[in-house]
Amino acid sequence: MSIEHRDDTGARFGMWLFLYTEVILFSGLFIIYAVSLTNYPAEFSQASNKLNVYFGGANTIVLLTSSLTIALAISAIQMGRKKQCLQLCWVTIALAIVFLINKYFEWSAEISHGIYPGSEHLAEMGAGITVFFNLYYFTAGLHGLHVLIGATLIAVVAVMTAKDKVTSDRYTLLENSALYWHLVDLVWIFLFPLYYLIL
Amino acid sequence: MSQTSTYTGFWKESPRSGILGWLLSTDHKRIGIMYLGCIVTMFLVAVCLGLAIRLELIAPGPTIMGPQTYNATFTVHGIIMIFLFIIPSIPAAFGNLIMPIQIGARDVSFPKLNLLSWYFYVIGAILALLAIFSGGGAPDTGWTFYVPFSTQTTTNVNLAAFAAFMLGFSSILTGINFVTTIHRLRAEGMGWGRLPLFVWTLYATAWIQVLATPMLGITLVLVILERTFGAGLFDAARGGDPILFQHLFWIYSHPAVYIMILPGMGVISEVIPTFARKPLFGYWAMALSSLAIAFAGSLVWAHHMYASGMSDFAVLVFSFLTFIVAIPSAIKIFNWISTLYKGSIQLAPPMLHSLAFIFNFAIGGLGGLALGAAAADIHLHDTTFVVGHFHYTMFGGTGFAFFAALHYWLPKFTGRMYQHKPALVAWALLFVGFNITYMSMQAVGIQGMPRRYYDYLPEFTTLNQVATFGSWILAVGLVMMFVNLFLGCRAGDPVGKNPWGAATLEWDIPSPPPMDNFGPKDPVVSKGPYDYKGVVADEY
Amino acid sequence: MSEEKHAPVPYRTFINIWLALIGLTVVTVVVSRFDLGALNIWVALLVASVKSSLVIFFFMHLRQESKLFKIGLLVMLTILAIFIGMTFFDVLYR
Repeated sequence: MSIEHRDDTGARFGMWLFLYTEVILFSGLFIIYAVSLTNYPAEFSQASNKLNVYFGGANTIVLLTSSLTIALAISAIQMGRKKQCLQLCWVTIALAIVFLINKYFEWSAEISHGIYPGSEHLAEMGAGITVFFNLYYFTAGLHGLHVLIGATLIAVVAVMTAKDKVTSDRYTLLENSALYWHLVDLVWIFLFPLYYLIL
Repeated sequence: MSQTSTYTGFWKESPRSGILGWLLSTDHKRIGIMYLGCIVTMFLVAVCLGLAIRLELIAPGPTIMGPQTYNATFTVHGIIMIFLFIIPSIPAAFGNLIMPIQIGARDVSFPKLNLLSWYFYVIGAILALLAIFSGGGAPDTGWTFYVPFSTQTTTNVNLAAFAAFMLGFSSILTGINFVTTIHRLRAEGMGWGRLPLFVWTLYATAWIQVLATPMLGITLVLVILERTFGAGLFDAARGGDPILFQHLFWIYSHPAVYIMILPGMGVISEVIPTFARKPLFGYWAMALSSLAIAFAGSLVWAHHMYASGMSDFAVLVFSFLTFIVAIPSAIKIFNWISTLYKGSIQLAPPMLHSLAFIFNFAIGGLGGLALGAAAADIHLHDTTFVVGHFHYTMFGGTGFAFFAALHYWLPKFTGRMYQHKPALVAWALLFVGFNITYMSMQAVGIQGMPRRYYDYLPEFTTLNQVATFGSWILAVGLVMMFVNLFLGCRAGDPVGKNPWGAATLEWDIPSPPPMDNFGPKDPVVSKGPYDYKGVVADEY
Repeated sequence: MSEEKHAPVPYRTFINIWLALIGLTVVTVVVSRFDLGALNIWVALLVASVKSSLVIFFFMHLRQESKLFKIGLLVMLTILAIFIGMTFFDVLYR
């Protein structure tokens, strides 16, 4: 005897609350970052130089663009342009995959240089650099996990749009997945300068 | 007594029959009952462990278990009590049962998410229990998982930490649900000024659950990563900072004590006006002090860390801020007492438990100030005084509020009344046993007995024996209370819709409530939650 | 419960915001190549904050949402600032 009660604003508000929890989750890692940066400023800039700015910069452009496409997808569904909306969703997912492939090459390169959590090469470089890379791997790893989840969410909603379960009248699911995707973008906006650009 | 005895409300009305009608139900009342069942079970398990700890401490030296078993026992006692009993006790069980009805809603905002949060709870509970019997043995870190020990011990910390992570997730989902529900689903006429205080405290609690719990999640994940990959983020030798673990842990776990106590305060704020037949004194002061406690609670976490080696300046700041939390808490105590003043007091079982709450919580709260003062804390830190203190607030406070809620609301949901005489006797045993046990622990703590120690010096023997003796009285009281409540639920006299003469919305609908709470017409609220004019208690 | 529907945001607006975000990314990379001492990190954080406000207000439609959403965000950010800031009462004075 479930009572059908539709509350789109409530659903969106619930999603925002969930995003708050995600921000706090990441903030734990950022607190450790801030404290470690205070303790090891020189080592952090040294370690940051070992990261590839081109990979990081490219991934920033990719994520910002994917944020644009998913935002456009919402405008499209609001205006009833289902086909365009679907195309924009698939582009977003494609960009997410590009991001992950990029990440894969970046990480393989670093791991082949002997830089990964618990490696001996890392331990030889001293405490400050070790803590930088450990943090980098866990923050970027957690972020990558969110990219994966976000892309999956968008794929599910795209399929539902194709089946007309998400329509120009009822698109909260798309909005909420888009909100999640923007959060992924937001985290990267901070992650990129803090890890790749410390001089 | 309008119903016949065949009326069963939401217990039988369901689109699905049988056990699946419960396990797949998205109805807030059924989920609340499922939570209640699990929570009481977990409580009883952890009580047995607690009694075992007390029995071990009846005499110095080995009594009934070895030191490693003792470490595991107090760890598991803590993990179960904190994560599986106190945190979900009132919000998840009674919050789900009562809150939607009190605001005139038919369910929470996200019923499916609500069911999911129950499943996360159950998964967390199973993992926590598995952690005891698998891997390298039951965790022995204490419920706080402090590094460096937690990253070095060979016991099954990974699974226990992951279980706590799942339980945190469950708690977050409940929080999101409640904040959204209270904002979006209030009935017509249910303005913010007409919300029962229980709803206000749940609202404040839900915000803490949303904003603080993720910090525990990330901290525990880092401990697990440190154990599996040797991340070293909390290891000073590898550039990490072990004190930072304590910061991150208490950033969640101090606000968490307000997740534990605030809903209890909400229950008391419902029970006291009902049995004093008087509107609650200072409604807005009570409502806003709940929010103030929630906010101030996020400013004081490092008062658990005076002895950890953090900076003296931080000790000063956090010690000062700690005293600020006392203000809204004191507002609540004074307002309850002012509500009682010149009231027509009726000492029914829920009321007795509420009065016990005020008494115990006042002692626990004042003890908290002694611990919050940096100078006193250096002496008292890590003694059994601390253990006594938090049992006064958590058990004497939240625990008694939970018992008050059981006695107050169970007749609503079962449609049957328990026996009052045994309930009174059980209450007396609980109150006396509780105070004997934990007052002795506080006293022996001031004398210098460290907490979590397996053995102790002979001069502490007498007080430890008194405490253990008190724990037996407590156990008898608990058995008596639960048996009485159980018999009452099964075969007590049927009650009408308003046995206590309370004025909040849940007492306007039949006991037990029907599946859709309010019948075909949505409720329209035209009076405040403590407006007793014209409200009469049913005979039962 | 009133259903507040948002008017669709024109594509043009989103594309402009995207251009601004790309521009700010270039700014933050370029600034990081100059050694400004401790100022570097603060400039990086400032640019990142501006970028995230653009994402939050436009891409995430916060501009069109009711006051509740804005207050909620403010509460979260305050708590976040407290968590990060007050940890430094310890770290800076140890």
